Amino acid sequence: MFRPRPDAPAATVAVDVEGLTVAVPPGASAAAAVLLAGLASIRETPVSGSGRAPYCMMGVCFDCLAEIDGIPNRQSCMVTAQPGMRIRRQRGARDIDPDDAPEDLPSFPVPAPRSGGA
Amino acid sequence: MRQFDTIVIGGGLVGAAIGYGLARAGLTTAMIDEGDVAFRASRGNFGLVWVQSKGLGAPHYQRWTRLSAEEWPALANDLALRTGISVGLEQPGGLQLCLGEEELNRRHAVMEQMRREAGNFGFEYRMLDHKQLTEILPGLGPSVAGASWTPYDGHANSLNLLHALHKSFSEKGGAYLPNRTVGEAHAAPHDFRIELEGETIGAPKIVLAAGLGNAALAPLFGLSAPVRPQRGQILVTERTSRIWPLPLGSLRQTQEGTIMLGSSEEDVGFDTGQKPEIMRNIARRAVLSFPWIAELQIVRAWAALRVMPPDGLPIYDESEQFPGAFTANCHSGVTLAGAHANAFAPMVAAGVLDPIMAPFSAKRFDVPAAA
Repeated sequence: MFRPRPDAPAATVAVDVEGLTVAVPPGASAAAAVLLAGLASIRETPVSGSGRAPYCMMGVCFDCLAEIDGIPNRQSCMVTAQPGMRIRRQRGARDIDPDDAPEDLPSFPVPAPRSGGA
Repeated sequence: MRQFDTIVIGGGLVGAAIGYGLARAGLTTAMIDEGDVAFRASRGNFGLVWVQSKGLGAPHYQRWTRLSAEEWPALANDLALRTGISVGLEQPGGLQLCLGEEELNRRHAVMEQMRREAGNFGFEYRMLDHKQLTEILPGLGPSVAGASWTPYDGHANSLNLLHALHKSFSEKGGAYLPNRTVGEAHAAPHDFRIELEGETIGAPKIVLAAGLGNAALAPLFGLSAPVRPQRGQILVTERTSRIWPLPLGSLRQTQEGTIMLGSSEEDVGFDTGQKPEIMRNIARRAVLSFPWIAELQIVRAWAALRVMPPDGLPIYDESEQFPGAFTANCHSGVTLAGAHANAFAPMVAAGVLDPIMAPFSAKRFDVPAAA
């Protein structure tokens, strides 16, 4: 359905979208590669599981969420395609690994918050 | 002039809950709402139905909050049946996490005071230590010394609540008048007239539920509502798989999987901007509580203004000068929605506030300071 503009620079950046190799011009977004790959969708919503594809292309609608180079839930329209980038389907909500922690935790103490009211 | 049984000024969570309660009671009701210029705490809140910290030194507020939490399931069912909208209510109890022993000890003292002040009404709580918490909260940070728990707490989707209240109000025949600001107001006992742009409406009863706008409106009706804005900031993560079985006070996971991080208090007037140092503090506490949160993406952040009475407790009143004029002011429009729709609105419909409301009168601010 989507084709590059005739005046676009040469498609020299090759990325992998769900196993398909797609070439896009330098500076194009990962979402552009998803659209050029011709997939019907790139994510399944966490609420209903229905398929979604890039839509607003400006960082607002979150329908282009994809796993990019192993990082889930990335807004592919806000990520510039890089050679060899791996773009994968985002299935529902991101899984949490509770043991996944940064090496440096913030310093302590931190001021206590309010707790739901006076 | 259009004549109604009641006029409600304010279409946020407080006004909509009361307006819906009045329309359901069979009163012809007009609800005046501002436009998108409004501060709308109803759209910026955290979505807690929170009980455990309400009313230290003011047990009437704890009882009112508990009454609301008890009315919540009936309200949620009622709204779902009328509108098909789920407000996502869950009331599994709640935990308030404490970082470090000092915070935990202070919290324990507060909870014990709440229990003592509750008297025969009762206040059930437990303090949990770090080890007990690790059994229900995966990836708990080592800085979390423990938490307080009560069975009364919960959370809900407050945007769906606002939507469902408005839809139910309209379906019960309520007249929703948006994008209006009150021009002139004429008050006489059981006889009120409001000038809107191009229209005058009248009613023998009026309820002021205009949030921060009540401060200026109340004196026109012989009432007092000295509320001020208190800013709170919120950070929101990407959606994740479900990880917590209950809300955690300043942290909660929505039914859709989003994790919300709060909370803060700032006295900055009507400024709804955000401040990096506050956002950093919110994020630090969250990461100390659960280090894995550091790996999540923050997708949204915002600030909103609480409607804060001088002592933090709600203000409810009926005007002595102009009987029939009522006011409702609070910073907990979500938590108190059950009480507003199912208890306060019936009092307004009956034309008299129940004696349990007396301690909430703004008269409490008139007492001169001791010499």
